[in-house]
Amino acid sequence: MTLVRHRGGWAITLSLLVALVLIIVPMPGWAELARPEWALLVLLYWCLALPSRVGVGVSWLTGLGVDVLTGGLLGEHGLGYALVAYIVVKLHQRIRVYPEWQQAGVVLLLLLLSQLTSLWVLGVTGRAPDSMLAYFLPSVVGMLLWPFLLLFLRGYRRRFGVS
Amino acid sequence: MTLVLVSVLLMTLDHRFHHLESVRSVLATVLSPLQSLVNLPVELGDWAGETFASRQRLLEENAELHAWRLEQQASLQRQAALLQENARLRRLLGASQRVPEEVLVAELVAVDVDPYRHHVVVNKGLLDGVHLEQPLLAAEGVIGQVLHLGAINATAILITDPSHALPVQVNRTGMRTVARGTGTPNRLQLPHIPNDADIRVGDLLVTSGLGGRFPRGYPVGEITQVELDPGRPFATVIATPSVQLDRSLEVLLVQKRLDATDPVAAAPEATSEAGSGDAATSGERTQ
Repeated sequence: MTLVRHRGGWAITLSLLVALVLIIVPMPGWAELARPEWALLVLLYWCLALPSRVGVGVSWLTGLGVDVLTGGLLGEHGLGYALVAYIVVKLHQRIRVYPEWQQAGVVLLLLLLSQLTSLWVLGVTGRAPDSMLAYFLPSVVGMLLWPFLLLFLRGYRRRFGVS
Repeated sequence: MTLVLVSVLLMTLDHRFHHLESVRSVLATVLSPLQSLVNLPVELGDWAGETFASRQRLLEENAELHAWRLEQQASLQRQAALLQENARLRRLLGASQRVPEEVLVAELVAVDVDPYRHHVVVNKGLLDGVHLEQPLLAAEGVIGQVLHLGAINATAILITDPSHALPVQVNRTGMRTVARGTGTPNRLQLPHIPNDADIRVGDLLVTSGLGGRFPRGYPVGEITQVELDPGRPFATVIATPSVQLDRSLEVLLVQKRLDATDPVAAAPEATSEAGSGDAATSGERTQ
């Protein structure tokens, strides 16, 4: 039904691939636990900006990619990503108009939700991490990164005319 | 919402039945360029180091390696004599012959995986003849086994992963048991040792070959802690793997030669003892 042709699909793919690379780049031990969910952050941006193009399906597939790259159970991240994407696509008009700091708060909640599902899966399969830090740190780091990522990806989207 | 159901279904299938190895292989192969990309700086560094190494240093290294090779050959000669003697004795005893294993050298790929799992990625895959559940060794002993397979690389689970159990044998007494990973690097647990068992700090653990996955006789680790508590059915026994699992870079993949259907596990003394059935089944991953 849309008259506007979609453009810049490659730019979205590229940003997701870069996010996947950031997930497996080796880091020193202390930074490893604080590694934010790059792929989910980038997905959140695209779901907010272009909910008609990037939605639950793309998020789920990216989650599967993360699972394969990190050696998790297939669907462990896919589940969380799909849930989060569903919420964002439903509420994108509301979240979009929030000021940045308030958006960061919503992002924290969404990241925690995704983290909760994957930790829940880990727990069910008998590998719950022992430190409480592991539950919150990646999400908090992700929240702190959000305003910068938002600015960067907005510039990126306009630069390459993704619509 | 269907995707949520599909996710749960996928996870269940993957976890319980291991039916999805082919799907995973395809995905892993598609995504393996990303891993190569991440590993690129490391490889570039290696390459630069090799290319710009001074002639003097190369000469020194060459001389060193020559000397080392001579030493190794000398000890190999002794080994050859021992091997022959062993074969002769085994014939005398009527026991089956041991099959020598072939190995494939691989390198670890410098990518981080899930911090809650003890997995590593190696740069050999299906195309190099790697197969699932193939044992992974380093120079000092056993590291783990291949868990997922891509076309050009593979993911291996380390013996310290909490879902990994390895059939082992105490080298001094020959007692067979199971070593489980704890999730802590460089720490293994032996959960089924009775309080009156003959086990001491410093005992060497070697693979027992039961379960048919790991070849027999490779060092696994050393007992570092034995705690006897008469109130509990089993002693608390902790071992340290002989390989620094977070250090080693080059690994060996042991090629399985099952033409003689695992002569070691089929040896009569291996099956006669009580409790060996326990060990034989736990060679599989217990998740």
